Amino acid sequence: MIYRLARFIDTRTGQAPLVKKLLRYVFPDHWSFLLGEIALYCFVVLVGTGIYLTFFFDPSMQHVIYNGPYTPLRGQQVSEAYRSVLDISFRYKAGLLIRQTHHWAADVFLVAITLHMLRVFFTGAFRKPREITYYAGVLMLALAMFEGFAGYSLGDDLLSGMGLVIAYSVVLSIPFVGGNLALLIWHGPFPGTTEFFSRLYIAHVLLVPVAIGALLGIHLITIAVTHHSQFRGPRAREDNVVGVPMWPGYLFRTLGLALSVTAVLFLLGGLVQINPVWEWGPFHPELSTNGAQPDWYLGWLIGALRLMPGWEPHIGHYTLIPNAFWGGAFFPLLVFGFLLAWPLLERRFTRDHGYHHLLDRPRDAPWRTAIGVGFFTWVGMIFFAGSSDRVFVEMHIDYESQIHVYQVLVFVVPFVAGWLAKRVCEQLRRSDAHPLRGAGGGLVRRTPTGGFEAVSGSTTTRTPEPTGRR
Amino acid sequence: MIRGAPKLLPRHRAPRRAELAVFWALLLAAAAAAGFIAVYALGADTQWLGLLLGSAFALLAFGAVVTAKALVPPEQKEEQRHSLDHDRDDLDIAVYVQEADEGITRSRLLKSAAGVAGLTVAGALLVPIASCGPFLDVAQLRRMAWSRGRRLVDDADRPLRAEDIAVGAMVPAFAEGVDRKRLDASLIVVRLDEDDLHLPDKRSGWAPSGILAFSKICTHAGCAVSMFRYPLFSPKVPKPALVCPCHYSTFDPARGGEVIFGPAGRPLPQLPVAIDERGELRAGGRMSGPVGPSWWGVQEG
Repeated sequence: MIYRLARFIDTRTGQAPLVKKLLRYVFPDHWSFLLGEIALYCFVVLVGTGIYLTFFFDPSMQHVIYNGPYTPLRGQQVSEAYRSVLDISFRYKAGLLIRQTHHWAADVFLVAITLHMLRVFFTGAFRKPREITYYAGVLMLALAMFEGFAGYSLGDDLLSGMGLVIAYSVVLSIPFVGGNLALLIWHGPFPGTTEFFSRLYIAHVLLVPVAIGALLGIHLITIAVTHHSQFRGPRAREDNVVGVPMWPGYLFRTLGLALSVTAVLFLLGGLVQINPVWEWGPFHPELSTNGAQPDWYLGWLIGALRLMPGWEPHIGHYTLIPNAFWGGAFFPLLVFGFLLAWPLLERRFTRDHGYHHLLDRPRDAPWRTAIGVGFFTWVGMIFFAGSSDRVFVEMHIDYESQIHVYQVLVFVVPFVAGWLAKRVCEQLRRSDAHPLRGAGGGLVRRTPTGGFEAVSGSTTTRTPEPTGRR
Repeated sequence: MIRGAPKLLPRHRAPRRAELAVFWALLLAAAAAAGFIAVYALGADTQWLGLLLGSAFALLAFGAVVTAKALVPPEQKEEQRHSLDHDRDDLDIAVYVQEADEGITRSRLLKSAAGVAGLTVAGALLVPIASCGPFLDVAQLRRMAWSRGRRLVDDADRPLRAEDIAVGAMVPAFAEGVDRKRLDASLIVVRLDEDDLHLPDKRSGWAPSGILAFSKICTHAGCAVSMFRYPLFSPKVPKPALVCPCHYSTFDPARGGEVIFGPAGRPLPQLPVAIDERGELRAGGRMSGPVGPSWWGVQEG
């Protein structure tokens, strides 16, 4: 049967060699290579659950009186958008399950992308010839953040309204054009008109997902063309790929991963409440609530907005750069600028223009590891500063003091962390130990004559790591 | 593939158990899915739906993982990498493209013209985006719901009366007859001891009986300044303040809305309050500055 199917495909398209190649495509084996796949399967779940949600959601700011099954809100003036989210949650069977699964999938999606990006950064997987794959990935990260924000902003509940007015302020704060741009996007001063909501909606359900899909295509095709990178191993060299072929070994593994991801997301969606919009209530511009937090992946931005001192350059009485610009626009531009520029900077400074199919262990490139640790510590600390108000509520540490301490620490700790990372890298290179498994021995090979010989010198900088051992 | 495997490999017992495990996992997955359908039909409790559907996928995942680990021959394959660059082909492309170009004598002129035409046509295609909003009319951002004499009303459109506002109270207010969705429509009204006021000289008379009115929209990122810090017991530290819960910009009502903490770059606009003959609150004039988050060129209060 398979033969006849393959024959059918080949006689119509002439692609049997491609299919053969695909079935024999080799995947190197390392746990950290699965992070990207988790992101991929989250995206699949997001598209599936998202399509279901579009059947019920109504992106309209028209005001209606709520009269549905959730009694505490009955008789309140709400928007159609908010009403339809309540209906998805309470009126349509399985609606809440799908909505919560969608939201959880978005949060896990960004966790997976972020960890995947860190893995790629610290192992040098972005180096030639994989820069295109890397750029597509970084752009997908940015788009996924925007997509998530657009998604939870559509509900027109109190928290989404507070998020939108901050987004409006950040757009408004862009020098020279901010005012014009904000009026263009919102169709007038905040909260804008119902046109704004239909724009946000089409961006969320069509424009951004299609853009992510296109980048995903580039990401996967460039991976397939260059083949996977791998860690150095007993057999793994620059000029080969060692691993499990697509059929049958890898297919079942990745299927297992896909199904596991789906299982976890549905379990979260069914059992762990997320974003109960009925508790936040509808948004009106004169309302706000204490303890408001965005979804986790925007924590670094709220942190930056909160940490920035009240500095606004003026000429006379006229504001040049409104404060929201620093935390909301300048900071993310800096972070994504760094991520996009890094492969180029590294090529420039190391003068290394060669191919790299073997991955570095973080210690193999102490400077990259040090700079990366410093940089991501900086972003991470700003992220944690964003939750200072929760720390105040939970641990009673004065909010203002926390902010003052953070304002100093974010410029100190990253340098310390980077310096420490470099020292650790150098130590590890010398001792060749695994950082978590303690001191390791060297590899020993039995010679044909019955003797033993060490495979690697114990102090060389690049000793083979016994990967693939299980 | 399994058929061709050497007979010597001891892979008879383990796969058999594994096969059975996969079989039961698949069967149970079907049962969980059937349970999902039943729960859906019977009333669709979200927890049960999630549990059953999640379990169905978890069992399928278990089956796939066992299949990958135990049933499929564990083979590691080695594949040679092929060089990615083609020196000759690069050159061929360059030559091929150049040859086509060479026939054109005034190619630089044509290229410039193509550039101009391309940019202009692209511009023409982009210009309709301007219809998305009144983007040249930045004056809209400055609009002001308040003028001398406009009444302050509460949630239910009732006029606010001076005697109803106790010292230390915080009351939300709106401009009478103005769409409440507008950022400039809403106010926060507080009352302090008159002795505690340190308003700028220009604002004397803006707070009769210590009643102060400020825009409710934070000048930093536009959230509603909905928190009023007012220590009730001596010593009264920290001093009374209006706080925005988004990024904790903190404003001093006694000093005309000056920023005392947080990221806001300009004071909270203050509205002069007047009390009419019936004891109702009215705007005593225009606000001290533009309402809402700042933008390029906004005038400071």
